[in-house]
Amino acid sequence: MAAEVVTITSGKGGVGKTTAVANLAVALASGGSKVVCIDGDIGLRNLDVILGLENRIVYDIVDVIEGRCRLKQAMIRDKKYPELYLIPAAQTRDKNAVSPSDMNRLIKDLRADHDFVLIDSPAGIERGFRNAIAAADRVIVVTNPEISAVRDADRVIGILEAEEKGPAALIINRLNPVLVKNHDMLSAEDVLDLLAVELIGVVPEDEHVIIGSNRGAPVAADPKSRAGQAFRNIARRLKGETVPFLDLESQGSLWERIQRLAGRK
Amino acid sequence: MNETNSLIQIKGLRDGLLVSLDDAPWEEQRSALLLQVDTQPAFFQGARLALDVASQVLHVNELVELRDQLSERGIALWAVISESPTTENTAQLLGLATRISKPRPEETRQFSVGDLGEDSALFINRTLRSGTRIEFAGHVVVLGDVNPGAEIVAGGNVIIWGKLRGMVHAGSKGNRKAVICALDLSATQLRIADEVSAMLKPQENPKPEIARINDVGKLQAEFWSPG
Repeated sequence: MAAEVVTITSGKGGVGKTTAVANLAVALASGGSKVVCIDGDIGLRNLDVILGLENRIVYDIVDVIEGRCRLKQAMIRDKKYPELYLIPAAQTRDKNAVSPSDMNRLIKDLRADHDFVLIDSPAGIERGFRNAIAAADRVIVVTNPEISAVRDADRVIGILEAEEKGPAALIINRLNPVLVKNHDMLSAEDVLDLLAVELIGVVPEDEHVIIGSNRGAPVAADPKSRAGQAFRNIARRLKGETVPFLDLESQGSLWERIQRLAGRK
Repeated sequence: MNETNSLIQIKGLRDGLLVSLDDAPWEEQRSALLLQVDTQPAFFQGARLALDVASQVLHVNELVELRDQLSERGIALWAVISESPTTENTAQLLGLATRISKPRPEETRQFSVGDLGEDSALFINRTLRSGTRIEFAGHVVVLGDVNPGAEIVAGGNVIIWGKLRGMVHAGSKGNRKAVICALDLSATQLRIADEVSAMLKPQENPKPEIARINDVGKLQAEFWSPG
């Protein structure tokens, strides 16, 4: 077994990177994959909270890198999914505690025993971002349908191209079909027109996401949630399945357009 | 005198260190630099380093490797100065500066002007994304889009075979005859010589346009039609 290392990043903060990592991890684990997520946001850790694992942290990623514990000791097993692990970030250190080659070494040790290693990148394009993409086989860029988020996503995609990290895949998060229909929000088509990358998922705005994050129970485990369904679909696409995009608008016109755009690559 | 000293020269600048390499093979110079750093770690720790690579042609993976190796030794690579347009382009892609405040020696500048006169053109076969800045003394041709947040500054004309949504400055050395053409001209701002025009509404059905300074001295864009 050789894990695929997927880094989730965005440039802009607050667009839902950590939420996406938590939900993809849960969706992949519930589908039977062995998953490790790494919180790359050293100094501002969040992923543990969203996964509901905060109170179990004893060791963190900096402890592993500086040799104060073994890798296994820093891997926190999820409450619900025995094949899902979290390596938390250190809260009392900063991004300079880790270097890109530290990340490469750490991830080399994880590859053998898992199917997916998901890395939650911090916002920005500085050291923490460089650490997060250093070992990535594949990078997913999360954006919101807002101009500022799309600009930052464009910048990040440019850097990924320059560093030859392969073509990025795009998640458009928190799309509100009603606003799009009234031309008050960028459509998925508008976003793709600018960014011109592969679309791997569109997640509709859904209050269950916030409720789930606060409870430490990602919405991907909730069969009734639309956003949860979208994340489960993205997880299946990550595994190489072809899954049709969600019909976010009752008429289906958006769906058709997204499908067409996704097919053009 | 050991061999490394002949390959690299290190000077102190107001805002960091300037390391000058010569035209010896890149791998040799890279190891020489790292060796130098490793033998005097206290001197280099925390330094901001600008690298003058003369006419070396460097690609992304080479610069990335060096940057990461320096970063592990506590050194920030912030600028790469080069006579090669390819290397400059690489450095710009990585967000590194390609000029430092100290002017380059006169002879080198003449060399690069003589080599890439205003009639030469830089051809860019990709989309320029936000954060990319292209500076060139001659013309610039892009086969791809110029996204918002990308900038092109050219001494001559700028031709975009794609959507222009970023900032373009043509005739940057004062050439008022320079033009900017694009298949879809929806730039945030256009500049020709010293004229600035805050543009331009996105169009429903874009047509090719050409922007120039008109007879009354205003920067103006008009639709281009064949024939």
